[in-house]
Amino acid sequence: MTEIGITSYGVYLPRYRMNRKTIFGAMGWLTPGALPGEKAVANHDEDSLTMAVASGLDCLKGNDHKKIEGLYFATTSSPYLEGESASIIATALDLPSNLRTADFANSLKAGTGALLSAYDAVKAGGLKNILVCASDCRLGKPGSSLEMVFGDGAAALLLGCDGVIAILEGSYSISYDFPDYRRGGFDKFVRGMEDRFIREEGYAKFIFETISGLFRKYKLEAKDFAKVAYPCLNLRDHGAIGKKLGFQTNQIQPPLLNMIGESGVASPLILLVAMFEGANPGDKILLASYGNGAEALCFTLTPEIKKMRDKRGIKHYLDSKKELTSYEKYLVFRDLLPVETGFGEDIAPTQLPLTWRERKAILALYGSKCRRCGTPLYPPQKICVNPDCGAVNEMEDYRLSDKKGTLFSYTLDQASFSFNPPLIYGIIDFEGGGRFIFEFTDCEPDSIKVGIPVEMSFRRKYYDKLRGIHGYFWKAMPLRS
Amino acid sequence: MPEGIKDKVAIIGMGCTQFGELWDKSAEDLIAEAFEEALKDAGIGKKDIQAAWQGNQLTEVNVGHSALPTSTSLKLPFIPVTRVENLCASGTEAFRGACYAVASGACDIALAIGVEKVKDLGFGGLPRANEDLRVLGTRGRVIFPNWINPNPGLFAMMAIRYFERYGLSIEEGKNTLAKISVKSHHNGSLNPKAHLRREITIEDVVKAPVIAWPLGLLDCCGVSDGAAAAIVVRADKAKNFRSDPVYVKSIQIAADSGESLSYPNYDYTHVETTYRAALRAYEEAGIKNPRKEVNMMEVHDCFSITELVTYEDLLISLRGKAKEDIDSGFFTLDGEIPCQPDGGLKCFGHPIGASGLRMLYELYKQLQGKAEKRQIKNPVIGLTHNLGGQPLSSVCSICIVGL
Repeated sequence: MTEIGITSYGVYLPRYRMNRKTIFGAMGWLTPGALPGEKAVANHDEDSLTMAVASGLDCLKGNDHKKIEGLYFATTSSPYLEGESASIIATALDLPSNLRTADFANSLKAGTGALLSAYDAVKAGGLKNILVCASDCRLGKPGSSLEMVFGDGAAALLLGCDGVIAILEGSYSISYDFPDYRRGGFDKFVRGMEDRFIREEGYAKFIFETISGLFRKYKLEAKDFAKVAYPCLNLRDHGAIGKKLGFQTNQIQPPLLNMIGESGVASPLILLVAMFEGANPGDKILLASYGNGAEALCFTLTPEIKKMRDKRGIKHYLDSKKELTSYEKYLVFRDLLPVETGFGEDIAPTQLPLTWRERKAILALYGSKCRRCGTPLYPPQKICVNPDCGAVNEMEDYRLSDKKGTLFSYTLDQASFSFNPPLIYGIIDFEGGGRFIFEFTDCEPDSIKVGIPVEMSFRRKYYDKLRGIHGYFWKAMPLRS
Repeated sequence: MPEGIKDKVAIIGMGCTQFGELWDKSAEDLIAEAFEEALKDAGIGKKDIQAAWQGNQLTEVNVGHSALPTSTSLKLPFIPVTRVENLCASGTEAFRGACYAVASGACDIALAIGVEKVKDLGFGGLPRANEDLRVLGTRGRVIFPNWINPNPGLFAMMAIRYFERYGLSIEEGKNTLAKISVKSHHNGSLNPKAHLRREITIEDVVKAPVIAWPLGLLDCCGVSDGAAAAIVVRADKAKNFRSDPVYVKSIQIAADSGESLSYPNYDYTHVETTYRAALRAYEEAGIKNPRKEVNMMEVHDCFSITELVTYEDLLISLRGKAKEDIDSGFFTLDGEIPCQPDGGLKCFGHPIGASGLRMLYELYKQLQGKAEKRQIKNPVIGLTHNLGGQPLSSVCSICIVGL
């Protein structure tokens, strides 16, 4: 029988990190409980959807986008309650429209749920390649322990049967209506019950139960595994759960709580990728998620895992960071502190037929390329801009989102509103041709110089609060090193 | 090259209001004020006007759509009145409509009037095309950066490229640009109708708050309310109205083909529309050597860098050599080609739809020897230049007038 499992992976961590001392410095007067380390913080133009796109691009690098047959997106923090995120992500990733999409939501185990559903679909023979993106950007109330703990991030896994790097050997799921976290339609913040109740009655018991259940089901025990990973809210609890299951410290994948934070639905998938990065062919690894019960999955790595070594990976993203030293700025990034935007408050209605008609140009950054003279042009147009060509209706689609570019000119604009001033924008010359003007993100003004190499990143461009519309587009940024 | 309109049309009357933050005046007041001055200057009656063109850009701000604001403000007697809009070239575009009508013989006396009430916006600077005027629609908002429009940043990028290409350090570049603003402020201080009337120093400019790096506050022009008007007639009838009419030598418009934004040949150290319009304008006017034949200029100094590259695009300065002319005082009021004798957009102000006609007003007065403290010695040929939009996507108008 063909083996089914993970054929590629990708991760994404936002560039900003906030030291928890910064939060304590701002809110410690209210809640005198500090945690160590730092947490990953999405930029003002990022959300769970944009981070999912970034992880998906990382995962699909080297794979033919047109062969993907399904996209499942898992999160508790969708930009829309109605309106599918997976189809926006699929358009941004330039997946074919003959695609099965679904959003998995509302539980922290939605990521492993999506993964297992994808596995079942491939196993049943309906679909050959399914991309699973898990991402979260959860909000704890200012001054709460959840605010300290939560971090932002995303991971993506490609499920299929060609070039499997990790065979999915089995799983064990449990489901309980456990009252740990709740967020209603009008809530901005996750409401957590008593911290100790969640840790002791929830995490400790469910992760133990699901992993023990998997051991029993497949007649395995702790020593059969090279690595195990599972989320938690506290490092002491984390070690205790593993020990109780019979794991030695060196088998337990650190939960990265002090580097990323608890990244919700993304957390188990990020930890799975972390295990992949240190693992060898033949290793068995075990992953558990938590949330309204728990799920355990076990994998066996194949020799194909060695082909993944050139990925950017978690270490790259952990090292590539910029400290966010202002708690107030964090509040503004998350839209928790209204600030003076001058005349920037009023947003004209989004012309939705236009965004539908031009979705490939907007969400996938498609331009056109003249078949006669080869000049790329963005946005796509009918008539070639080359004054010596001028061909009419001889254009083919040409995607720019995957092209690197060079900065031709730029400015640091203090007059136009930005949530992270100055507003930086510049003209990008793409490798292979094509020129357009883009806003910059994830950079400091002093890193912007004529001639620097840049890459494109999918971001939220505006949010029309009045009408509930999130506008997404691509921005430029210096190569993330 | 077609025959063109050289010496077929003459200006016999002009009017221009005070420019500035005119909180107590409406567009209607300004239209009436500029018109009354022009009518009086021409020595004719309202009923002599046979057709009119109104230039206005920010229609949504106080003025209103169509040409009715002009026809009803002035109570024009059911004559054809047309509103034109072509960004900052709107004023000159209105003038072009009136001149072409007269040159074609469609009418004998026509009015061009430009007006803007931008200060009714309620905030500083210009509105954003998407959010405040809603003219670009979503496409603009979804794909362009979140800039105000027209935008200092897009001119700042031209300064960055210019400095880079010609080897100017940021400090040298900013100092050179500062001299442009200092010169215009000097001229503006001599002009009772100017919005900003104070002398400034190079240090003031260089140390002013940054607006869009490397441009600072004093590299940017004023944003003002105002109106200006011109009355034109067939050239062969002009002397029937006055002894010192001013003749139209050329009017040219160049609109970008899209190359400046999307085709990588564009170097961003000049403005292609200005260069193209200038070539045609000189040919229409029969000017062979602009540096020798043009005696004064009013150019579109929305930002200091715009004025600098315009010197080169108009073939007055050699490419990359504008700095030498700036340093030698070539463009000062007592220089070889005084530029912005009335203070320019920088100090006279920039009520968008009125600006092109305001420039003509100054040249008209200079050619008639009525420019008082700013009078240039015996000018014969003057040039106006408007740049609508920004270097990546612009409309340029050039008008040459003379005796």
